[in-house]
Amino acid sequence: MARIRLTEILVGAFMVLGFVALFFLAMRVSNLSLATAEDGYSLTAKFDNIGSLRVRAPVTMAGVRVGRVAAIGFDQETYQAVVTLRIAEQYDQIPTDTFANIFTAGLLGEQYIGLDPGASPDMLSNGDRIEFTQSALVLEQMIGQFLLSKAEEGGK
Amino acid sequence: MLDSIASLGRAGLAAVASLGRAHLLLIGILGGLPSMLIRPRLLVAQVYNLGVLSLLIILVSGLFVGMVLGLQGHYVLSQFGAAESLGVMVAASLVRELGPVVTALLFAGRAGSALTAEIGLMKATEQLSGLEMMAVDPVKRVLTPRFFGGLISMPLLAALFSAVGVIGGWFVGVGLLGVDDGAFWGQMQSKIDFNEDVLNGVIKSLIFGLVVTWIALFEGYDTSPTSTGVSRATTRTVVHAALAVLGLDFVLTALMFGG
Amino acid sequence: MPSFSSHPKQRSDQMESGSTASRSSGDGSQRAASEALVRVRGLHFRRGEQRIFDGVDLDIPRGLVTAIMGPSGTGKTTLLKLISGQLQADAGEIEVDGQSIGSLSRSELYALRTRMGMLFQSGALLTDLDVFENVAFPLREHAKLPESVLRKLVLIKLEAVGLRGAARLMPSELSGGMARRVALARAVALDPTMIMYDEPFTGQDPISMGTLTSLIRQLNDASGLTSIVVSHDVSETAEIADHLYIIANGQIMASGSPREVAASDSAWVRQFMDGEPDGPVHYHYPAAPLEQDLLHSAVH
Repeated sequence: MARIRLTEILVGAFMVLGFVALFFLAMRVSNLSLATAEDGYSLTAKFDNIGSLRVRAPVTMAGVRVGRVAAIGFDQETYQAVVTLRIAEQYDQIPTDTFANIFTAGLLGEQYIGLDPGASPDMLSNGDRIEFTQSALVLEQMIGQFLLSKAEEGGK
Repeated sequence: MLDSIASLGRAGLAAVASLGRAHLLLIGILGGLPSMLIRPRLLVAQVYNLGVLSLLIILVSGLFVGMVLGLQGHYVLSQFGAAESLGVMVAASLVRELGPVVTALLFAGRAGSALTAEIGLMKATEQLSGLEMMAVDPVKRVLTPRFFGGLISMPLLAALFSAVGVIGGWFVGVGLLGVDDGAFWGQMQSKIDFNEDVLNGVIKSLIFGLVVTWIALFEGYDTSPTSTGVSRATTRTVVHAALAVLGLDFVLTALMFGG
Repeated sequence: MPSFSSHPKQRSDQMESGSTASRSSGDGSQRAASEALVRVRGLHFRRGEQRIFDGVDLDIPRGLVTAIMGPSGTGKTTLLKLISGQLQADAGEIEVDGQSIGSLSRSELYALRTRMGMLFQSGALLTDLDVFENVAFPLREHAKLPESVLRKLVLIKLEAVGLRGAARLMPSELSGGMARRVALARAVALDPTMIMYDEPFTGQDPISMGTLTSLIRQLNDASGLTSIVVSHDVSETAEIADHLYIIANGQIMASGSPREVAASDSAWVRQFMDGEPDGPVHYHYPAAPLEQDLLHSAVH
């Protein structure tokens, strides 16, 4: 009997340990502590060029992560990228005239969306569109522009 | 020439037949679920045999794999000035791939071979026939608890492997190599998704657990009841289980992360 | 019967009463044949290319010890497996207590098996359970008994085989003879109507051999069991059996009481009963002439 009891205790401890590990992976390693895909609300934004923005990229306000990119589509009529943002529920005070930018983390880092809050008294809610957007800075274009301006300077 | 074609055909038929037997056995095993639930103690004993007794090798391996990932990752990433991403690299490779796969391989070696040898010896020593003569279905009484024991143990072991590995990577990266603690965890949390990465890893490990335990039980149950038979079956378990895990891993990875 | 002298007094008394029964079985087996517990008719069975049984008819009379003897590899154990439904016959009929084994559903077969006990050659004890739990196993599986009743029952069964003191030993700590006695206690735990012994005497020292023979006889007579003993040990088996069948080459070579069989004038039966190395059954496995093998180095 004592042997069976010890087995039961050890198995119980093993199960607890396993679930603690899963919990650790969920809360500490992954982003479950942030908004998951299910809760929160969606906003859309159209960009002329999203560069290398990916699904699941962070959406930040003042550097704080408030949500993530849920989907990226393409609008055939305007030839623009349609980005769906999932914003966590507690961040429901985003003015309608907020500005969405695509930034790059570091020089070559991953791209993310930064929201610059506007001053409107009306707040965005589920399904709304962010009107003001700025496209990603594409490195090749920047270098091209830089070279062009240098050439122009040289020409003068 | 004709002979070799004939023998190829025979081998093919034999393989198909054993695949059929394996599936029939699986159905029999699943049929034992209700009677096992009446007697949870049998399951507890098998979770102990397969899970608790595999704990040490899993934890130690996980720690070392994580530490090696920390070292190697830091070496590569620091060349690009991206040492802060070390956490992401360690966690992603562990949670998505190494956790489930290495755990399944170790599980096949530690628990799978033991299962095959145990069942094979029970067959060789007529214990299975003995059960049958006592009007006890050996599949339900012996195999079913072992199957579910493996199915329960494997995801938990894989989760422990990944968790310990992340800690090992953190210890090397942050503790020894001076990566910023905040960046290590922060980057990791922002890049690793629970549904996409962690849950998929758990699903992988569940499938691996099923396949490894199934192969082990089938090989043991299907063995010829001699010492050569049991030793061959044990070898086959480890080889087949390892190949199945690696092959399935490719398919699952393509399904989960490919699209 | 010289081997009785090695037994304690009270045991040999019971043996005497047992052998009285066997002595009277000349007409007893005749009578019992009409009320056979197991009836085998036209049994055919083959394993791969090898014919194991080729039209075997036999009857196991109720309440007696029937021995099935024959050289190794003649399928004696296979016969037990066929009777207990672990194997399916290719053709022919096997009836146990009026039920045809081949036509039973799985659950009916299992119900029938609770009334059959079988003693395996190796004992087949569950190695992860101790002696007590091994004997308790069939009771736990099939009878919902309170723990105190179960304990008493198991101890009584163990006492009957003289191993109550070994209740807490693990099977690995038992000698071969003890393991077989524990297996015997387990086989009779559910009070079966019939018990099958698969080579009970193989690999036993004389003392445990004697213990086993007297146990088989005792159990049979005390609880009105029907016993089938499969063996190739001629003297021990002839000593306890009421009825003998000798099988070889897939057929019944001889049957009758031990005395009748011993008095048989068939050369084959004589060779088997007396253990002559050569006779109708040749010492050599069939092969090409020796000179031919020696002269040609390659054997095809």
